[in-house]
Amino acid sequence: MEKLKDTLSQCYLAFIVLFMYAPIVTLVALSFNNGRSRAQWSGFTFDWYAEMWADQAIMAALRNTIIIAFVSAFIATVLGTIAAIGINNMRSVSRNTVMSITNIPMLNADIVTGISMMLCFIAFGVSLGFHTILIAHITFNLPYVILSVMPKVRQASKDTYEAALDLGATPVQAFFKVVLPELMPGVTSGFMLAFTMSLDDFIITHFTRGAGIDTISTLVYSQVRKGIKPTMYALSTVIFLTVFVVLMIGNFAPEWLKKRRK
Amino acid sequence: MKNKSSRYLASPYIIWIVGFIVIPLLTIVYYGFTDRSGAFTLSNLAEILVWENYRPLYRSLILSAASTLICFLLAYPLAMILRWYKIGRGSIIVFIFILPMWMNSLLRILAWQTLLERKGVINGILTAMHLPEQHLINTTAAVLIGMVYDFLPFMILPLYNALMKIDDNTINAAYDLGASFWQVLTKIMLPLTVPGIVSGVTMVFVPALTTFAISNMLGGGKIYLIGNVIEQEFMQDSDWNQGSGLSLVLMMFVIVSMLIVNHFDDKKDMGRGGVI
Repeated sequence: MEKLKDTLSQCYLAFIVLFMYAPIVTLVALSFNNGRSRAQWSGFTFDWYAEMWADQAIMAALRNTIIIAFVSAFIATVLGTIAAIGINNMRSVSRNTVMSITNIPMLNADIVTGISMMLCFIAFGVSLGFHTILIAHITFNLPYVILSVMPKVRQASKDTYEAALDLGATPVQAFFKVVLPELMPGVTSGFMLAFTMSLDDFIITHFTRGAGIDTISTLVYSQVRKGIKPTMYALSTVIFLTVFVVLMIGNFAPEWLKKRRK
Repeated sequence: MKNKSSRYLASPYIIWIVGFIVIPLLTIVYYGFTDRSGAFTLSNLAEILVWENYRPLYRSLILSAASTLICFLLAYPLAMILRWYKIGRGSIIVFIFILPMWMNSLLRILAWQTLLERKGVINGILTAMHLPEQHLINTTAAVLIGMVYDFLPFMILPLYNALMKIDDNTINAAYDLGASFWQVLTKIMLPLTVPGIVSGVTMVFVPALTTFAISNMLGGGKIYLIGNVIEQEFMQDSDWNQGSGLSLVLMMFVIVSMLIVNHFDDKKDMGRGGVI
């Protein structure tokens, strides 16, 4: 009985893994397929990678995606961390109001958030482009930063900050040497969360981008209508490998280091 | 830290959210309740009752409910097995199930398009085995598979987190007192994992209800969802008033569905707490 349960469980795990990874493995395999057909294997090649590398639209989209993710996560982290401290010191009525508004982009459908911003930009005469995508990304990143930093702000003791002031530190010194280190775990996870949310976003970018500027997501979407080129498979493989390696390092490197030290 | 003057640290943030959350929402409300000349009207909202708009909304509701249910039925046993094997948060197995969440979702839908296409991978394999080609792409089933595939990790993670929190002793006590597996599942596990279920359901249902990319890529414009209707109003027809009206209706559906789901969660944490 126990053995049957074991076999069934393992079959089930294998089934889910197959369901999740078969499509990704297909993309990876097709990226090395010499030929445009999706149904036929016609030999191994690196051509699509070379072509991807030379493709200016793909490279520009890749660059935009990374720059927007990094800059928007950074600005959202700075703005959000400072805001979390301020919000924590507000009276409860205004604190609750601000937190409710903070939650709106997380709870609302992305399509409504995207459209509302697009309408607003156009209504106020702001032309759509790189900067509007950036503003939109900062906006939907902010709640993730605030919700990551907020618990740390609540835990932080006010005594250490005041002790630093008593010992002659300026408020700025006290912030960077005493307060910020205490908040750091929340700040880092907020930044990482914001960065990945921005990397993965499609819907909000779709509405707030202007003509002629693409991120990876919007590029894939527009390619689908024109017919997918195998360079997209090469791009998928590169992105998947990068995500895999980065997450592996992030998740497991600290433990490996610990074990090695022992 | 309590300090009166430091509350002003929030001012730049408050200016930001008023400018980029509150005002845009008011803009969409304004367009939703006015016609082209700027006069007040309810006709944009009533537009949802027209067959061409009502039908996609109905289809969206059915498909998102179905994909949420399928995700739940796939993910709950998985999370139970992971718990049963005592596979911890830091293990590589959990990592494998969470990893696709971080992969660009459009590329993952692209993968399914490649599999399902008329000259795609699955039909290629069928032809090689001398079996007849199947019509797979541009069907409701294709859109449903896409939704389940895209959102499954978002169901797995909260369910897994919730199940791992249950104390072994609680479950052992139930068995010692003579409960069957079914009783343990329905009386112990499911009630104790309600917060996880709530956040999983929200994270699958809302994006599935409002998607337009999945239906466009796997439905080929034939499986028209409410998201597609709204997207077209803005990107092709440029009827902002009608588009805004329909967006407001969709927003109401999102809010109502979240109120219903959160009603089951007595802890009232806004659902997404267990995400990361």
